[in-house]
Amino acid sequence: MSAAQWRRAMNTQLPRAQVSVVTQAPDRSATSFPGYIPTQDLFNQNKSWLSRAWSIIRIRHSLVLLGLFIYPLIASPFFTYQIAAQSMALGLIALSLTFLGGYGGMVSLSQMTVAGVSGYLIAIFGTSSMTAISLGWPWWLAVIFSILIAIVFATLVGWLSIRTEGIHTIMITLAIGVAFFYLTQQNYVLFNGFQGFSKIGAPTVGDVDFKDPNAFYFLSVGCALLSYWSVKYLVRAPFGMALQGIRDNPRRMNSLGFNITAHRLAAHAFAGLLASVGGILLIWYNNRISPGSINTGALINILVIAVLGGMKHPIGAFIGAITFVLLQNFAIDLVDRQRFNLVIGSVFLLIVFFSPDGLLGLWQKLRVRWASSGRDERIQGSRRA
Amino acid sequence: MKRSELAFWWLLVLPLVLLSLWGLDEDATLFLKTTLNGLTLAALYFIVASGFTLVFGLMRNVNLAHGSLFLIGAYVGWIVGEYTGSWLLAVLAGFIAAAIIGVLIQIIVFRRMQGEDLRQTLVTIGLSIVLADLMLWYFGGEIYTFDPPAWIYGTTSLPIIEKFPTYRLIVLCISIVIGLGLWTVLTRTRIGMMIRAGVDDRGMLSASGVNVQRIFALTFALGAGLAGLAGVVGGTALSISPGEDTRYLLASLVVVIVGGMGSVPGAAIGALLIGLAEQFGQAYAPTYSVVFTFVIMIIALAFRPRGVLGKAI
Repeated sequence: MSAAQWRRAMNTQLPRAQVSVVTQAPDRSATSFPGYIPTQDLFNQNKSWLSRAWSIIRIRHSLVLLGLFIYPLIASPFFTYQIAAQSMALGLIALSLTFLGGYGGMVSLSQMTVAGVSGYLIAIFGTSSMTAISLGWPWWLAVIFSILIAIVFATLVGWLSIRTEGIHTIMITLAIGVAFFYLTQQNYVLFNGFQGFSKIGAPTVGDVDFKDPNAFYFLSVGCALLSYWSVKYLVRAPFGMALQGIRDNPRRMNSLGFNITAHRLAAHAFAGLLASVGGILLIWYNNRISPGSINTGALINILVIAVLGGMKHPIGAFIGAITFVLLQNFAIDLVDRQRFNLVIGSVFLLIVFFSPDGLLGLWQKLRVRWASSGRDERIQGSRRA
Repeated sequence: MKRSELAFWWLLVLPLVLLSLWGLDEDATLFLKTTLNGLTLAALYFIVASGFTLVFGLMRNVNLAHGSLFLIGAYVGWIVGEYTGSWLLAVLAGFIAAAIIGVLIQIIVFRRMQGEDLRQTLVTIGLSIVLADLMLWYFGGEIYTFDPPAWIYGTTSLPIIEKFPTYRLIVLCISIVIGLGLWTVLTRTRIGMMIRAGVDDRGMLSASGVNVQRIFALTFALGAGLAGLAGVVGGTALSISPGEDTRYLLASLVVVIVGGMGSVPGAAIGALLIGLAEQFGQAYAPTYSVVFTFVIMIIALAFRPRGVLGKAI
């Protein structure tokens, strides 16, 4: 048997056996592996996958959910639309980077480009001010096709970038992103060059006009929650576990029989789905798209958001996005409007310098400190007693 | 060379030869002019990218603030040029200013996070955002141009192409001199030997009693200085304005991806490919010139993921 045949045989046979070992481990994370080889899953045989999904939900989740519902009732349209909805759209794109970078170990700067591809496609397929280019399809058809093609694009980018590792991936994805930016700027036939497209508002479905701040808020929050949940779910599923294994030690995972390339490609495709949904929301929010929406600054902003929040946990993307949008809107009260980049760049530098895991890492550090100081007090108290 | 590799090169070279024959037949002046333009652009790209690849080769960090160093060199050179009226001093000032900032970045930032590749890269991204905005603040959005001495600014008559800007030929010469200089330093001097040893095995170099930190600082100064020098040289050929930093950063990224990270000859090959592709693209298919660059990158990555002359790390 040649080496190639051997590897192929390992790839087709081993993963199932390997994963079944993992599912039997009495680990809490194992309880959330629904559906995969159910006969061997001794822990949750009686529960349906839905009830197991429910079991993940904690009190803090319901509190956040409640807060998200009450928020538009007490906040002004500026805060629901400009701040919250924009944060959710940006957070979704950053979430795709968190998923790729945090769980797959592939920091891709072209996630905004994927979002831009879906945004451009929705302008081309759907309706916009450029009637000569836009095809005027119904919104749902345009959305489906934009997302599908953006996923294909993301997979192609992944195919190119997974041939390299670490910092090379950053460089190649950055180069791809900037190349797409120049393409949109120079091409007038399809992308309408420098001008881009405008009047690409959210559609009206039945009685609900999604251009309305509250409706759009719920749309973006809904998409964000769904994506957050699916990322949480996926990283505990066998696929996500294998992906994290590949992140930590690709050679070992390869010798265990996992197909590294396939896992990484699938991760890029899934991240492409998240980014394209975020991209469509962002385009509906902005009501326009132009090369300026996907230039180097925009690509790097997504990285800034993801790093700001912290890439260790999917919630970091949204925390980062909210911080970013708040800074964007309110930093201009402190400094000149032109100097926003200086502020965000300095904040980014501070975070990278002092807390590489972002705001989440900062929170974690504080919690550890509180916990340890509390324990010290208890120890001292017991000594006194 | 393996047979499949040989076939690949034939597949690549043959259409290019045919296309250039067609180009010569169609319009010889345009073809030769474009070739020369491509060569001069490649020369400029080589100066920027050689510093980038040198730093990467030794320290394994992708300095995404390289474009900012380019712009800093250009602006400082412009100030000195305005003040003293000497273009040569401007070039020198661009080199020194960028080199000093490069050393500062190395000492203040990179020495603190040795071995953390991703974090170093993130820091350079942050630095490039901050530096770009500071420069925009101070110098504004205007376009600055240099005025070089008259003897390098006229036109030279060449066979077939009647007139060609002398300055572009000078850029070509500067680049060749820099390339040869780098090659000499790297292969013929003690310092060069240390740098090459550091590229191959940092730990071993340090164990044999060399002060690796000093070598790092020196290499970073050289790499950054080359970016600053390219700022003045390139700024004279074209012009300087905010946004040029990203342009040259992208150029050096693509050049070293194609040529192979950490290899100076690789940077030369990459620069040649990208410079020629960009100019030919602009001359023959203006809308899609960027796509050519991109296609070259894809082909290079698909067949040689580490670049044409890249080594496995």
